[in-house]
Amino acid sequence: MSALLDVRGLRKSFGTTEILRGIDFSVAAQELVFVIGPSGSGKSTMLRCCNRLEEPTAGHVFVDGVDLMAKGTDINAMRRRIGMVFQAFNLYPHMTALGNVTLALRKVLGKGREEAEAIGIAALDRVGLKEKAGNYPSELSGGQQQRVAIARALSLEPKIMLFDEPTSALDPELVGAVLGVMRDLKEAGMTMVVVSHEMRFARDAADRIVFMADGQILEQGSPAEIFGNPQNPRTRDFVGELSR
Amino acid sequence: MTGLERFQDAFLKPELIERYWPDIVSGIAVTLQIAVAVVVTGLALGLFLAVIRSYRIRLLNLPIIVFVDIFRALPPLVVILIVYFGLPNLGINIPGFAVLWLVLSLVLAAFAEEIFWSGIVSVRKGQWDAARSTGLDHWQTLTSVILPQAIRICVPPLTNRTIAVTKNTALGTVIGVGEIMNQGTSAMSLSGNATPLMMAAVAYVVIFVPVVALGSWIERRFAWKRA
Ligand SMILES: Nc1ncnc2c1ncn2[C@@H]1O[C@H](COP(=O)(O)OP(=O)(O)OP(=O)(O)O)[C@@H](O)[C@H]1O
Ligand SMILES: [Mg+2]
Repeated sequence: MSALLDVRGLRKSFGTTEILRGIDFSVAAQELVFVIGPSGSGKSTMLRCCNRLEEPTAGHVFVDGVDLMAKGTDINAMRRRIGMVFQAFNLYPHMTALGNVTLALRKVLGKGREEAEAIGIAALDRVGLKEKAGNYPSELSGGQQQRVAIARALSLEPKIMLFDEPTSALDPELVGAVLGVMRDLKEAGMTMVVVSHEMRFARDAADRIVFMADGQILEQGSPAEIFGNPQNPRTRDFVGELSR
Repeated sequence: MTGLERFQDAFLKPELIERYWPDIVSGIAVTLQIAVAVVVTGLALGLFLAVIRSYRIRLLNLPIIVFVDIFRALPPLVVILIVYFGLPNLGINIPGFAVLWLVLSLVLAAFAEEIFWSGIVSVRKGQWDAARSTGLDHWQTLTSVILPQAIRICVPPLTNRTIAVTKNTALGTVIGVGEIMNQGTSAMSLSGNATPLMMAAVAYVVIFVPVVALGSWIERRFAWKRA
């Protein structure tokens, strides 16, 4: 199977501090890869390098065979192929849910209002929020906001979705609906990279777990391997902490 | 003479009001024209500079910052006098009203740039992340996502600053521009009475109160629904 996302020798420094110290990892089509690791280990930075929101210092990122670092690559065209969901939702507060979802459809894909809104409504329907299309973010719960954010990414028909702690800003009772949407996506065949501490979800939805520490991947394997029989002592400590 | 009569004689003499109101009205016309021109060019230039600055190109940002700091620091009167009385020595003659318009536009632009810029940076970085991650470029993100949020924050300080700067059209007096203040002071020296100045004061109120109202109207227009 060819990799949909391929990260090669990725390095990232902020000033003189090297945050990512040589990351190699790839994600196959339809795979759900979970990234775990201690705070500050570089998970978000790694994810943000995958659509060049963060500019890598060295290395290459290939998405669907296209080198994101190459000079001729239209990064804006690639980015709509790479959906991203943020911990803080980052919905546009001055636009309705539908406005949030249709902005890129109209501005980037140049679709007319009617077509964009039809696609937008369909995307909102996919996350179960069709009836909230006309609501502003401030009128939605955190869980609903995050689902709108997922719809915003989905509406562009991405090849891959990147999630950076999509549920950590949510009250516990709102987490389930967001994870439910992610589960549906997985079932529909979406390729996903998820940074998250939702271990239950990791255990039963992830194809593979990647453990990061100090800007490197220390270990990866199936959920059974990583949670049941971690090889690296740091993985063991981290998993032990989590399950306690 | 009662106190009230004495007051009226000094500040609101009917025959002087009658004699000078056409002058004041023509002053209002001049002030309005210059003020509108200053507001349009000053705000447009200020916004333009803030937008340029958002691209964070060092070579362009440095001159912007220098310009902004200088024009915020200098009293407008100093710049007006230098331009009006200095430039002719270089063979450049600019009419008084143009000097007033130019200098006040630059002053307003400097303040407006700073206000727009602080509005732009006050929008959370996640808004950029979200927009850019869906493929919007810098310009699209700025115009569709960032500025609509920034301008909302900017309107109150912009209104205040715009009024403060446009009131400086009164400085036209010193370079012979026939605006309200010039008409008022000329009439005052001719008549030896403060009544024309009172008329000028009333004229300023008449002009600027609607501007204040316009500011709060814009403020409300830019406020989006909040639960
Ligand atoms: N823009 C930046 N400038 C400087 N340092 C940064 C920047 N972004 C991240 N860092 C640093 O890089 C390191 C890794 O950050 P990152 O957010 O990638 O970690 P993380 O694994 O996502 O952590 P968490 O689990 O807390 O979200 C941290 O030490 C952080 O302080
Ligand atoms: Mg993080």
